[in-house]
Amino acid sequence: MSTLLLIEQVLNGLQFGVMLFLMAAGLTLIFGVMGLINLAHGSLYMVGAFAAAAVAGATGSFVLALIASLIAAAAAGAIIELVVIRRLYDRDHLDQVLATFALILIFSEGTRWVFGSFPLFLDIPDALAGPVLLPGGIQYPAYRLLIIAIGLLVAFGLFQLIARTRIGIQIRAGESDREMIAALGVDISKLYTLVFALGAALAGLAGALVGAIQSVQVGMGEPVLILAFVVIVIGGIGSIKGALVGALLVGLTDTLGGVLLPGFFGTFMETSAATAVGSSLASMSIYILMAGVLLFKPTGLYGSA
Amino acid sequence: MSRATLINTALFLMLPITALVALALDEPFIITLATKVAILALAGVGLNIALGLGGLVSLGHAAFFGIGGYAMGILAHHAQTFTPLMEAPFLLEGTKFMPVIWVVAVIAGALAALAIGALSLRTSGVYFIMITLAFGQMLYYFAISWPAYGGEDGLSIYVRNGFPGLNTLDPIQFFVLCFVILALVLFCTGRLAAAPFGLALSAARQNAERVETVGLSPYRLRLLAFVISGAVTALAGALFADLNRFVSPTMLSWHMSGEIMIFVILGGVGRLFGPVAGAALFILLEHVLGGLSDFWHVYLGLLLLLVVLFARGGMIGLAAGREVAHD
Repeated sequence: MSTLLLIEQVLNGLQFGVMLFLMAAGLTLIFGVMGLINLAHGSLYMVGAFAAAAVAGATGSFVLALIASLIAAAAAGAIIELVVIRRLYDRDHLDQVLATFALILIFSEGTRWVFGSFPLFLDIPDALAGPVLLPGGIQYPAYRLLIIAIGLLVAFGLFQLIARTRIGIQIRAGESDREMIAALGVDISKLYTLVFALGAALAGLAGALVGAIQSVQVGMGEPVLILAFVVIVIGGIGSIKGALVGALLVGLTDTLGGVLLPGFFGTFMETSAATAVGSSLASMSIYILMAGVLLFKPTGLYGSA
Repeated sequence: MSRATLINTALFLMLPITALVALALDEPFIITLATKVAILALAGVGLNIALGLGGLVSLGHAAFFGIGGYAMGILAHHAQTFTPLMEAPFLLEGTKFMPVIWVVAVIAGALAALAIGALSLRTSGVYFIMITLAFGQMLYYFAISWPAYGGEDGLSIYVRNGFPGLNTLDPIQFFVLCFVILALVLFCTGRLAAAPFGLALSAARQNAERVETVGLSPYRLRLLAFVISGAVTALAGALFADLNRFVSPTMLSWHMSGEIMIFVILGGVGRLFGPVAGAALFILLEHVLGGLSDFWHVYLGLLLLLVVLFARGGMIGLAAGREVAHD
């Protein structure tokens, strides 16, 4: 395998990783602050993608589409928080799992009802459609580079938000002691809605950005949701830093595993068997990574308690 | 007799009565539906051992359901193509004989549950939910990418597997077989819950520290419960695959895990007959709502939401008027 190809795959892994980070960051924030496991996070990803596809189809503007995905997902998040999720904070995890699973059913079938079963397509804007030349003579799609840049920017912004702003202080305080910050006069239910909407907006943005590479269809959020869970388990629940490290690890493992493992087995097996074993193992690689982390640190790399 | 016992008896008898009425009216499709309810209820009973007794919220039980299905599919596939399952170190043939298939399914399910449980039970709470979900997904993707047994397309079996003395292709005979298995497993689960093991397991759910101070290991209790739970669900999977004469990765998908959990919840967590009521209601809804609208999952979702938010004891809880605590 040539070095150029390897670098390209590493970039692909990075791109996948930052997308997973956008999903995982919201999930882990919501869990950290509210103690809620939200299976419907994948639906918010889907809502973002569909909103972007619909707006791009109507206006032709990709920037407007991205803004629409943020607004639509944040609004959907705020609405389900106000109507359903808020009743679940005091419940056990089983009830949270079931209620949010019910939300998935409603969102998925509702979207199918409105948009039909056929996938929609969201086009990459012309200016970003071509490849760019990176130092070292690597040709890489400009759009994917943009995704990496946006992902890293959002990660940076999120760290700043949590570390330096008033809201960030409230979020961190809410993670360690909800009763206390409520007693100190912070409107805790408003804070919860805000955190939930923020997480939803990040998921929606991820959906819209990925929607332009893949197709926009019902159920697109579920595989990503489960990968985001793996990311959180590896990184440690409630830790944004853990989500970033976990997401990059999972993104790189998944992408490089798919490329390298069949070749690795090809060195000592016949080609067809090597492809079969390699691709099967590659599909399991991130879960094996997760199991490995669990063996040594059951609370994840950056998890506490 | 308490109201709950009365309801349980009625629920349990409802299945064979439905099947017999359908037989009298010559409606084989209804018998097949009743069989489906019995099998899915069995899967729910399996999950309920982990969920209701042990308090282990596993969102990966489709893994065991699918393993049972593939145990049946792989054995029957080799038998119908007359290819050996394995040649070295010793010759192993496929089989179309149900009891052998069930034993293989149960052992495979138990071993998978042992491996997944041993890792997942190192954690608890929300980690446990995510990890069981992730391991379930791992097997799902493995089944899709492993080409030897059909990959994404799954495996079809031409003729339903055999059971001595029965014609399993006759809907009512296959129903009786499934129903008897369900009844046996329900009986054993009831005994298990009342046995020292079941009591210790319930205690570990309610207060693990106290259980530990009297010298029992909550980890081992939970692991054993998880293994039994996986084995029962795998048995249900083998029967389900036989009912459809088809097994595919769909049986391993996390939607299946969610559905098995819905059977348990609709009926009422921790109640012995809860999964029977839940599975019956689910299949009924699927056919009534499915006939009204293609988008029946919306209504299912709304109903589930209402049950979770406002009727925490499930159907039996509503009918019997007393709630079984779960945490």
